[in-house]
Amino acid sequence: MARSVTTRGKAINTAIAWAVGLLIFFPILWTILTSFKTEGQAIAAPPVFLFFDWTLENYAIVQERSDYLRYLTNSIIIACGSTVLGIIVAIPAAWSMAFVPGRRTKDILMWMLSTKMLPAVGVLYPIYLLFIKLGLLDSRAGLVIVLMLINLPIIVWMLYTYFREIPGEILEAARMDGASLKNEIIYVLTPMAVPGIASTILLNIILAWNEAFWTLNLTAAKAAPLTAFIASYSSPEGLFYAKLSAASTMAIAPILIMGWFSQKQLVRGLTFGAVK
Amino acid sequence: MTNTVRALLGATALCTFAGVASAETITIATVNNGDMIRMQGYTDQFTAQTGVEVEWVTLEENVLRQRVTTDISTKGGAFDIMTIGMYETPIWGANGWLVPLNDLSAEYDAADILPAMAGGLSYDGTLYAAPFYGESSMIMYRTDLMEKAGLDMPDAPTWTFIREAAAAMTDRDNDINGVCLRGKAGWGEGGAFITAMSNSFGAQWFDMSWGATFDQKPWLDTLTFFKGMMDESGPAGYATNGFNENLSLFQQGKCGMWIDATVAASFVTNPKDSTVADHVGFALAPDNGLGKRSNWLWAWALAIPAGTQKEAAAKQFIEWATSKSYIETVAANEGWANVPPGARTSLYENPNYMEVPFAQKTLDSILSADPLNATVNEAPYVGVQFAAIPEFAGIATDVSQEFSAAYAGQQTIEEALAKAQALTNDAMEAAGYR
Repeated sequence: MARSVTTRGKAINTAIAWAVGLLIFFPILWTILTSFKTEGQAIAAPPVFLFFDWTLENYAIVQERSDYLRYLTNSIIIACGSTVLGIIVAIPAAWSMAFVPGRRTKDILMWMLSTKMLPAVGVLYPIYLLFIKLGLLDSRAGLVIVLMLINLPIIVWMLYTYFREIPGEILEAARMDGASLKNEIIYVLTPMAVPGIASTILLNIILAWNEAFWTLNLTAAKAAPLTAFIASYSSPEGLFYAKLSAASTMAIAPILIMGWFSQKQLVRGLTFGAVK
Repeated sequence: MTNTVRALLGATALCTFAGVASAETITIATVNNGDMIRMQGYTDQFTAQTGVEVEWVTLEENVLRQRVTTDISTKGGAFDIMTIGMYETPIWGANGWLVPLNDLSAEYDAADILPAMAGGLSYDGTLYAAPFYGESSMIMYRTDLMEKAGLDMPDAPTWTFIREAAAAMTDRDNDINGVCLRGKAGWGEGGAFITAMSNSFGAQWFDMSWGATFDQKPWLDTLTFFKGMMDESGPAGYATNGFNENLSLFQQGKCGMWIDATVAASFVTNPKDSTVADHVGFALAPDNGLGKRSNWLWAWALAIPAGTQKEAAAKQFIEWATSKSYIETVAANEGWANVPPGARTSLYENPNYMEVPFAQKTLDSILSADPLNATVNEAPYVGVQFAAIPEFAGIATDVSQEFSAAYAGQQTIEEALAKAQALTNDAMEAAGYR
């Protein structure tokens, strides 16, 4: 029997949801507001919230100093490239683990996840040396490979979880109808797992977009994405909060807009299989 | 030969000729400081003169330090010029990681570099980095508040005077703190300040056998004095305040005195950002009657990593960026107050520059800091606010965390010093010094 919720209960739940939402969004809102302040207003104590002289000066300075479009292009290529590559590698791996599990499948999955627990700096030097040898330093191709590798455990785990929800009998029926393994994955499994694959893609684009350790350490001038763009506006000597906020707003705007438009797909995918 | 192969060969030839015809490009890693950003704006002039294109990688100081250290130690070759400081230069020079700058042109006039800067950026008498700008630390104080307190700031005050003046200027009702100082953890933040201060109290990091000296009285005196004065007259939460936090407080009129980098003088006297721009005076950093003042010495300098394929172009750029003519270009376009300070003797012989209110005190502060002889007693290391050994940054960060915890009241000064003594000795033993 469905539990009845009173109007008062609904109102309280709505208020709590809004409060939590605003709390989570507040740092982003504050960053956006600060980007429209002068440096003096940005550090004013007590802080000014809405009533200040709004200015676009910081955006003008950032635009003049940095080639935003170059950083943006790099971010798009690196985030999308690493995600697509990861999906191509992960779908067969997840299929195998979901539908033809071996004795050690669970162990392999756990081992893959455990690689995420290794501090990235622990493998910085080996990877840096490899990049030098392979000529991949400061290249978008190098970053696509590295970000694909570091996000691969999450991609495989997510896809594995979604694939497990799909009845194996359907794939078996396809096989009985003569479908090859390739066709089974492309024409039967993938269409059924579209919500899960879409949410995996979206989440991984966000993760790759925000990744700051490798993108800062393996790039210089050519392949640097928006994380390097933000890092160039922080300073230990001098006022920089307003300009840094403008740079941050410009860096998060594309991914924020993408997230906004795809939120339905994202939520659907993330909750896929949560309730049977 | 098929048309495809011909087309490919043609394209290859075109690419080759295009490569020959295109300008050489150098990549420079730098820090996001005002003078460095200004220099980027003048890069077109360098390219017009030499045909060498410049690509900039601007990063926050700590990110930059990690990034260039990774690259130079692996001979990555990602950068042709690196912006480094006085701490890295002698260490990297000794490792053979940097190109010696002992063949700069006569026109460049390397002898004009301030001796303190040249000394700090050399190893074994060889210059390994050319200073772009240099700084020391000094007292910036509110002349109006000092007058209201009925005091006169001496040119070279003692710590005792500073403590008394701070107490007299403090007005909690009006949110005015007598003195604002760095307490934030980090070897380049609160660690730099307390190390420079400790020099004037007769303390030092290591004795002549590389043993830690935190168990000795000068360190106890330093921390006890610092915490006592800051508890009496400093801002709330000073244990987490660094340069930017104190700059913000001073600019908003909430500090009577601020002892920090000389480069801050241009910020606090800039009426665009500072509410107290017309009421700022300058004095040398305090001493304690032991013959050493508590000011530091630092330079951001340009160095060429050994192994770069573009050494000649990189040297051309360094000669241009740290030249007398670059200073004149900036002065002509943006005024003398905006030229990079603290690198060349000739700048301080220029009457136009000496009209800038903080120029003389900046020079006096720089000249009074001696990285080769920074402590009261003999020490085995070079450096004023640091010891130029690779292990220092890690050790000093840990030690400054203990000190900050003591400032915040989370432990006693004695506990902090005991922990600092133990962790420093452990690290030095592990590194093979003892």
